[in-house]
Amino acid sequence: MTARIATITSGKGGVGKTTATANLGVALASAGFRVVCIDGDIGLRNLDVVMGLENRIVYDLVDIIEGRCKLRQALIKDKRLSDLYLIPAAQTRDKTAVSPQDMIRVVKDLKPDFDWVLIDSPAGIERGFRNAVAPADLVLIVTNPEVSAVRDADRIIGLVEAEEKGPPKLIVNRVKPEMVKRGDMLSTGDILDVLAIELIGVVPEDEIVTVATNQGSPAALDPRSRAGKAFREIARRMNGEDVPFESLESKDGFFGRISRMVRPGGA
Amino acid sequence: MNSGLAVKGVGESLLIHVPAGPWDEVLASLLQTVVDGGEFFHGAKLGLQLEDRELGAADLGRLRDQLAERGVNLWAVLATAQGTRSAAADLGLALDMGRPSQRAMQPDEPIETELPGDAAVLVRRTLRSGHHVHFAGHVVVLGDVNPGAEIIAGGDVIVWGRLRGVVHAGAGGDQDSVVCALDLAPTQLRIAGQIAVSPERRGAAQPEMARLRDGQLVAEKWIDEHRR
Repeated sequence: MTARIATITSGKGGVGKTTATANLGVALASAGFRVVCIDGDIGLRNLDVVMGLENRIVYDLVDIIEGRCKLRQALIKDKRLSDLYLIPAAQTRDKTAVSPQDMIRVVKDLKPDFDWVLIDSPAGIERGFRNAVAPADLVLIVTNPEVSAVRDADRIIGLVEAEEKGPPKLIVNRVKPEMVKRGDMLSTGDILDVLAIELIGVVPEDEIVTVATNQGSPAALDPRSRAGKAFREIARRMNGEDVPFESLESKDGFFGRISRMVRPGGA
Repeated sequence: MNSGLAVKGVGESLLIHVPAGPWDEVLASLLQTVVDGGEFFHGAKLGLQLEDRELGAADLGRLRDQLAERGVNLWAVLATAQGTRSAAADLGLALDMGRPSQRAMQPDEPIETELPGDAAVLVRRTLRSGHHVHFAGHVVVLGDVNPGAEIIAGGDVIVWGRLRGVVHAGAGGDQDSVVCALDLAPTQLRIAGQIAVSPERRGAAQPEMARLRDGQLVAEKWIDEHRR
């Protein structure tokens, strides 16, 4: 096995990077892939909380890098899915404890044993972001349908392009179809107009996500969750499957239009 | 350059502003500037801005020879002093940077058809938020200029794409500078000292050119001008 490395980033905080990482990890592992999620937000760890694994942490990423434990010892096995693992961030240190080379080394050691390595990037454009992006084969940009989040996503795309990571892909998170329909929210089309990168998923606003996040049980595990379904579809697209962008409302809703706009391009 | 002589590019040639002071010293620092510049000056067509300095044909002739020894072609002399102007004309030097003087034009010389043009940078990508381009000449972008990106140009700005960031043309004060884009909707548009924001878009985007008319910033659809 040689894992593919996907980094989930956004620039702006609070758009759902950690939620997306946890859900994509769950979705990929449910589909039979061996997955490890790395929390790249040193000092402000929370991927472990969202995944419900907080109480199992003994060692963390900085312990691996500084040689206080073996890689295997810091891998926390998920309580529901046997093929899902987490490497938590250190809470007592800051991002200067890790360098981009450290991240590349850790990921290289993980590669043979997994299908996917997902890295949850911290917000911002500083060291933590660079650490998270350094080992990536694929960069997923999470944004919300808000002007400020799109602006930051644009900045991040510019930085990712400068690192020559190949074109990043876009996840639009927390879309409210009714608001878009009324013209009160940026549509996915408006966002793609500015960002001009390939869309890999549109995740609707979903109360189940809030509940699931608080309970440490990602929504992708819940068959009733619309957001969970969207994340499962993103996971399939990450593996090269051609999953049509489904209309979340009526046939002529904006998602229908977007899918027609986006699909033929492929890219 | 520590010799303190200002060099600027004009079309295909270089213009050196020659300061006041004793001619011997000025001459020495001029030659030093050329030597220090190395490859930069090699083969260059050089113009000298002499202001009201009086120089005879002998001085100018010697200067031309000394520059020629260093691989530099003295081509024009910009002067206000009558004596200097006629000496320069006698030597066949141009009196402005635009075209050679009448006297320098040989009867069998072909008519100049090559336009020198102006210095510009081409940016062949989309400028994203946080990117910025600063250039003393013109700026041409083949791609979009997204919100949060910034272009500051001494001359014109031409965007073959959507222009949504901040753009400043004629940043050095050139009132004739223009901004053109296929979709002209900048966050803020400045030409020389004037600042404007884009009005609400009505209808589909069309290629437009913004310029100063009577000190007012106006954007005109390209198609209008084309039909006129």
